[in-house]
Amino acid sequence: MPLFNRTPRAPLEYAKSLWMRGWVLGVMLFLYIPLFVLMAFSFNDSKRNVVWRGFTTKYYGVAWENEQLWNAMMNSLTIAFFATIFSLVIGTLAAVMLWRFRFPFKGAVDGTISLPIIVPEICLGVAFLVFFSTIGWPSALPWPFNMGAIIIAHITFCFPFVAMVVRARLAGFNREQEEAAKDLGASEWQAFRDVLIPHIKPALVSGALLAFTLSLDDFVITFFTSTPGTDTFPVLVYSLVKRGVTPDVNAASTILILLTVVLTAIALKLQGAKALAQTH
Amino acid sequence: MSEPIIQIRNVTKRFGKVAAVDNVSLDIAAGEFFVLLGPSGCGKTTLLRMIAGFEVPTEGQIIIDGQDMSRVPPNKRPVNMVFQSYAVFPHMSVADNVAYGLKIAGVGRAERDERVREALALVSLNGFEDRKPDQMSGGQRQRVALARSLVMRPKVLLLDEPLSALDAKLRAQMQFELSDLQDQIGITFVTVTHDQDEALSMASRIAVINKGEVAQLATPSDLYEYPANRFVADFVGSVNIFEGKLILDEPDKAAVDCPGLGKVYLNHGVTGPHGADVWVALRPEKIYLHVPGEGKAVQAAAKDAPEGHNFARGKIKGMSYLGDITLFEIILDSGAMIRVSRPNLSRHDQEDFTWDDRVSMHWRADSPVVLLG
Repeated sequence: MPLFNRTPRAPLEYAKSLWMRGWVLGVMLFLYIPLFVLMAFSFNDSKRNVVWRGFTTKYYGVAWENEQLWNAMMNSLTIAFFATIFSLVIGTLAAVMLWRFRFPFKGAVDGTISLPIIVPEICLGVAFLVFFSTIGWPSALPWPFNMGAIIIAHITFCFPFVAMVVRARLAGFNREQEEAAKDLGASEWQAFRDVLIPHIKPALVSGALLAFTLSLDDFVITFFTSTPGTDTFPVLVYSLVKRGVTPDVNAASTILILLTVVLTAIALKLQGAKALAQTH
Repeated sequence: MSEPIIQIRNVTKRFGKVAAVDNVSLDIAAGEFFVLLGPSGCGKTTLLRMIAGFEVPTEGQIIIDGQDMSRVPPNKRPVNMVFQSYAVFPHMSVADNVAYGLKIAGVGRAERDERVREALALVSLNGFEDRKPDQMSGGQRQRVALARSLVMRPKVLLLDEPLSALDAKLRAQMQFELSDLQDQIGITFVTVTHDQDEALSMASRIAVINKGEVAQLATPSDLYEYPANRFVADFVGSVNIFEGKLILDEPDKAAVDCPGLGKVYLNHGVTGPHGADVWVALRPEKIYLHVPGEGKAVQAAAKDAPEGHNFARGKIKGMSYLGDITLFEIILDSGAMIRVSRPNLSRHDQEDFTWDDRVSMHWRADSPVVLLG
């Protein structure tokens, strides 16, 4: 009779431990149950949406016909689109500058560039409110220019994330590749375009994705910088919730969740294989 | 000899206060396989990078093919470089990698394809056009880097530690291939290496660099057999060095009295002042090992040394059997240590000696090298 009659576990086979499995399941449930409840209640046949009253998909129709929701969604997507584009350019340039060049006060620039990540959102929000009213930023502009202030505010807190991701990717760049390009006759710009950009492409994709989702779901800063007619989806939902959560809000949120999940999956798939192949 | 393809004129490169390259002047002839050899941090790579244009000399001039290139950027120089990491572009296929320089230069599609094909054939990579670098071995990637440079038809090809990342067998093979390739296409190769075997086997001439200066410039065999100073003698190959005083110096004979080794006799003169402090360098493979009492040893030692014998006694302290040779560490009767290598000419030679054996040694009178610095 052997002392231990079960097969010993190899060092990294955590998945075989029952405790570990239970723990992982618990964490997953903790993370995702609220989302599933939200999704489930989008099919609830009740106007007040507190108690389950039976299955229906009619609130998807209601949400679809709700012009207010549509406008807010269009605002959110437009803001996120522009904030992403600008953050991508500014963030990438900042990352390349900090990685590539030596210049006076580099340490200070390096330290302050990620400040918008650290500063509490509420402070940034108030700061933007004061800033835009002090300089007299025009608010009565036609759509989409009336969202200028929000877009600028979003760029401010999105681009440091892009810069961070791109910098991490740059750290693994073999400078000899850039030198090889120049050695073969490439100018500074050609080497940047042909060698550096392909190398940081995975970081550009994930940076863009980060910026897009951050902008899309930002509430605090948007709330302080929004003017009449520029309500974004989160701001609108907040004002609707004050009058009670209706299932059409759940329905719209569910669609938004699915949209982001699908977008993320596509982006990961597009970049995944290549990113792996290029890491050496 | 026509005008050298590369002329390095009093080039100094300082990083802050440290001179990585210190007043170096070198001429490299067209068609040479020139090697810059030195320990890491000696400045050899900085020198190569100055030829390529990645570093600008603090002082001095670099003239390539008659034109001063000291301040010309790398993309405008008629030289190409194979990098230590190969720096093959990972997101491009092999063909695109090789075609890159031609594309930048605006060479037309048809000519480009033709030249890429030629270059790949030159490095025996035909058929690999569509592969990605991550599907290739280190040796193959290096060939891609070679083809990518050669396709530009440079006047000079620069190679930075070209073989350091390859395993021993492949390295030996690539040494031959690089030499063949250079013969075949006839362009000048300038290589940087810290590996003396690599330098000796491939180079037509070697510049040994130490602390930013040229310690010696010579052909491989001159470098090995006639080192100019202790640094070169010690860095190239393995050597026993003994300090001594020059006690006899005539045109056809000389003698050095070394406290460690005894009197060393030479059958040629050395140019040094009488009584000068000198060093005697003696290669391990040039020392013959005997069982003591074998009369042959003394006779052989006596035969070619005009004055006295080149002869020593000691006890074996250490042995390492390397297959083709056996290395011995022997404590001389003076207490000094000497290294001797002995070829295993028969299959039982390694059994002749063992630890703590008393042994005799002799060497020919033309074997020791007297070094003044």
